[in-house]
Amino acid sequence: MSNSVISVISRFLEEYTTTTPNKLKVVDAYLLYILLTGALQFLYCLLVGTFPFNSFLSGFISCVGAFILGVCLRIQINPQNKGDFLSISPERAFADFLFAHTVLHLVVMNFIG
Amino acid sequence: MAEHHPASDNKHKSALTSGASYSGNGRSSAAVADPGSDAGPAGGGGLSGGLSQPAGWQSLLSFTILFLAWLAGFSARLFAVIRFESIIHEFDPWFNYRATHHLTTNGFYEFLNWFDERAWYPLGRIVGGTVYPGLMVTAGLIHYVLNLLHVTVHIRDVCVFLAPVFSGLTSISTFLLTKELWNQGAGLMAACFIAIVPGYISRSVAGSFDNEGIAIFALQFTYYLWVKSVKTGSVFWSIGCCLSYFYMVSAWGGYVFIINLIPLHVFVLLLMQRFSKRVYIAYSTFYIIGLVLSMQIPFVGFQPIRTSEHMAAAGVFVLLQVYAFLQYLKDRLTKQEFQTLFFLGVSLAAGAVFLSVIYLTYTGYIAPWSGRFYSLWDTGTFPLKYVLALYAISAVYFAGVMVRLMLTLTPVVCMLSAVAFSSVFEHYLGDDMKRQSPPLEDSSDEDDRKNAGNLYDKAGKVRKHVSEQEKAEEGLGPNIKSIVTMLMLMLLMMFAVHCTWVTSNAYSSPSVVLASYNNDGSRNILDDFREAYYWLRQNTDEHARVMSWWDYGYQIAGMANRTTLVDNNTWNNSHIALVGKAMSSNETAAYDIMRSLDVDYVLIIFGGVIGYSGDDINKFLWMVRIAEGEHPRDIRESDYFTPQGEFRVDKAGSPTLLNCLMYKMSYYRFGEMQLDFRTPPGFDRTRNAEIGNKDIKLKHLEEAFTSEHWLVRIYKVKKPENRDRVEHKLRGADTTKQKYTSKKTSKRKRGYIKNKLPFRKGKKTTKKSL
Repeated sequence: MSNSVISVISRFLEEYTTTTPNKLKVVDAYLLYILLTGALQFLYCLLVGTFPFNSFLSGFISCVGAFILGVCLRIQINPQNKGDFLSISPERAFADFLFAHTVLHLVVMNFIG
Repeated sequence: MAEHHPASDNKHKSALTSGASYSGNGRSSAAVADPGSDAGPAGGGGLSGGLSQPAGWQSLLSFTILFLAWLAGFSARLFAVIRFESIIHEFDPWFNYRATHHLTTNGFYEFLNWFDERAWYPLGRIVGGTVYPGLMVTAGLIHYVLNLLHVTVHIRDVCVFLAPVFSGLTSISTFLLTKELWNQGAGLMAACFIAIVPGYISRSVAGSFDNEGIAIFALQFTYYLWVKSVKTGSVFWSIGCCLSYFYMVSAWGGYVFIINLIPLHVFVLLLMQRFSKRVYIAYSTFYIIGLVLSMQIPFVGFQPIRTSEHMAAAGVFVLLQVYAFLQYLKDRLTKQEFQTLFFLGVSLAAGAVFLSVIYLTYTGYIAPWSGRFYSLWDTGTFPLKYVLALYAISAVYFAGVMVRLMLTLTPVVCMLSAVAFSSVFEHYLGDDMKRQSPPLEDSSDEDDRKNAGNLYDKAGKVRKHVSEQEKAEEGLGPNIKSIVTMLMLMLLMMFAVHCTWVTSNAYSSPSVVLASYNNDGSRNILDDFREAYYWLRQNTDEHARVMSWWDYGYQIAGMANRTTLVDNNTWNNSHIALVGKAMSSNETAAYDIMRSLDVDYVLIIFGGVIGYSGDDINKFLWMVRIAEGEHPRDIRESDYFTPQGEFRVDKAGSPTLLNCLMYKMSYYRFGEMQLDFRTPPGFDRTRNAEIGNKDIKLKHLEEAFTSEHWLVRIYKVKKPENRDRVEHKLRGADTTKQKYTSKKTSKRKRGYIKNKLPFRKGKKTTKKSL
């Protein structure tokens, strides 16, 4: 069972490196970085405690929000998904991404205390 | 919606041809309608060259209808302003007005951090953290912008007219929402309905400056933006939806409705296998940014991640992430590979979620799941027009729980009925198009031509049969159509009349000013409340404290501008119970309580002179019950009833009632007043009884003010005496005993002191002899 899981995962990784375009790989690297940052923040919270709670929440939600927005960007610029997003060009997707990030960071700045 | 354009085109063309079809029946109508249908667009083109496009007329028509709907909605809400004046109504709006006034005079940060020490004396109230600021900020912003443009409007007028203006915006957002869900015709009907429907008017008349006035607009607009973002899958629309949701959270506690309906919608889509990347983008963005935005309101605080009402949204968010990730893997891997991973993944995830939920509930971090939450997930009945149906079902449920939430049901009822009317009208006005084509083949030579390509005889027979049938139907068709259309129009007109009547009679009373109508129709205005509040404002010290029952707290704070003890916020039951105890006790015990609370004035409402049934004696039992809840040893409700269990204010009433402070204050000097010659003096018109205790003497209070119709009575609490009063008998000269001295004797008798006190040298006199 574990052998098959490992083989599945390795095959998946190989297919991933060969088939995904470079643009998407950059976005995926960014997503991985955000994920690690969020995990680190959560770990810190578990170790040190939640005071001040609003600061922890704002930092953690900032990571989650950036991750989600990155995933949305990736979905929208993926050429395979063009059928779903006929009216949204990759440039429009990126502009939306920037706008969403502006709103997110303004709120996070207000919340961080 | 694919049917959008053909339907609207149908509507346009049928409007032109239906006029022609009324003129006759049977074959003649066909003949008339033929050139009519040909001449329609051509005639339109001939009439006005540049404006011949249907799209131009369509948008002009939409704009005009929406403008008229706004105007109608605004005007329908103005009854109270025209009949009385531009004044804030009822009780809660007075607090909102006072808060907005504070905002405009002191600035935004002062308002957000406001600690009000003039309410709930001596406790005070943290207003910034216990209020939804959206309403005040909206009114304050409009006032600021207008004054910036040197249009000097008073903040009171902004507050009074805010709700009618926003009703027009609600119409427009309902139009947009229904247009997205159905078509433009239904949208226009929905906009017209919601402009005049009584359920919404009741909470948004001019003068009713309350949260619902702007919250319904925010609700409809948020739903419109959500539908738009699901349709386009664009992050821009999702952020728009988040910002609108933020406005909704700042405006009303009913935002919980949105944060449960949208996840429910997504969950239903998942169940129906209609998951798409657009739904994922829309909901994920909405949830996470909406979450952090909603926590910016101080009153909401950390509730979105703690209470059970918000857990549905979080659950669906996590579910959606997992589902999307699994979809992604499924696309990349073969079936067997996917299955191995899937099995492992699901078991890990289920275990993790289960353990974390148990841990969080055990540590009390998440409030336990209430039954109300479960009933939200009744998956038994799911019709297929998703959003509209879900909205309707959940709104009906909420309205059933709390009547005041009928307000959430109103918009969805408007939309559904608009859809129904629109479909009926389309069917009965729009079918002319389809009926035009068969009559063209009515003549026999056209029959032959048509049948050339088909099975000769059978087709011919069928065609003739059909055309005869249609001939017969033609005769009936226009009549049924016109009857149905007329009926629908009559229904709509009667609805409009009904709405106006209900608004005028039931929802247009400011309740600060009472009006009664005499036999000859002339109006008698009773302005006692404002008279009394303004007396307080102008004749008492600025820091005077007024005790009254909590109903009048906001009005006293708003109109009289004095410190109150308890008000409509009712957040502290013990404090209210203290006030209740003071009102129900005898005068001396009440005086002790009032001294401990630093009360200067007491205000009560008394309706016995005019027969007003909302006065304090009618509410008195509630005061007793609340006081008994906190002080069961001092106050017992049964003491205030007669031995037979009746609540009577006449001679047969219970002595505790006849000697309590509320009774004394209400009926002080009322025993001298004779209202008319048929009734004895001291006849209480509200209770229809002659009062029991007519000569009331107040020891610790003195009457300060009584309004014109004795509706409001204000008493001043006397300061304590300079010296303690000592109860003893005054020494009096005893003139009964006289020792007879005869003047006949010559000897001079020695004089003596009458009633001489016994004197003993060297001994201190006892206190008794003093």
